[in-house]
Amino acid sequence: MTRSGGATTPSRGTPTPSGGTPTGLRLYRPRVSTWWWTRKRSYLVFVMRELSSVFVAWFVVYLLFLVHAVGRGEAAYLRFLDWAASPWVTLLNVVALAFVLLHAVTWFALTPQAMAVRVAGRTVPPVHIIAGQYTGLVVVSGFVLWLVTR
Amino acid sequence: MSRRRVQPLVWLAFSAGGVAAAVLLPSLALLFGLAFPLGWLDPPDHQHLLAVVGHPVTFVVLLGTFVLLLVHSAHRFRYTLYDGLQIKKKRTVAVLCYGAAVVGSGATLAVLWAAA
Repeated sequence: MTRSGGATTPSRGTPTPSGGTPTGLRLYRPRVSTWWWTRKRSYLVFVMRELSSVFVAWFVVYLLFLVHAVGRGEAAYLRFLDWAASPWVTLLNVVALAFVLLHAVTWFALTPQAMAVRVAGRTVPPVHIIAGQYTGLVVVSGFVLWLVTR
Repeated sequence: MSRRRVQPLVWLAFSAGGVAAAVLLPSLALLFGLAFPLGWLDPPDHQHLLAVVGHPVTFVVLLGTFVLLLVHSAHRFRYTLYDGLQIKKKRTVAVLCYGAAVVGSGATLAVLWAAA
């Protein structure tokens, strides 16, 4: 005997929703098109932002190629630079950099919504959080430039 | 560890990787991806780069950063496949994405170790 009575008693031929108790109801599961995100600009930007993940992974692989070449010696390093200057690699890097910048801009814009920073009992205005991150970008970029070119 | 304990850690790594991708990656990508190969700037000489790459601090920073970037990328791509392309084989997608991140992290360690 079930607690909620006969309505939930399993019987043959009753549809069972995944993980739930059998009911006499059919579940309505609308089909979502694979291309739903092409219908609206904001959807497109969302999916492009998510796709930046592929290009982040590409740059990790690319930078590992660089480190590997540097470790093998001067000739390998110069070969890497030649390979990196070829049209296909250049094109890929231009596209990948655009996606990484899209990631950076959207990431900075979302941070104040993801975390509320409080200093001395007051909430820091979102503009300051965003400006702080751009400052971080400039400082880190300056440091990288100084470190590799000095 | 149970799934409930792992999930916050993955989100934490996702966030840390997202910060690294936004703050550190643009300069590295611009310099080594375009500016040096295409001759916009004089590429650093090999001796100097080898010294930078071989420094223990660089090793630790690059290892940590690259692993976080890989986890960030895998985690985000997982949801791109679920939500963007409507692929509903959740377990397969998760195993492939995080599996790639784990393999990539191993490769990162091997490459950085060999070059240092």
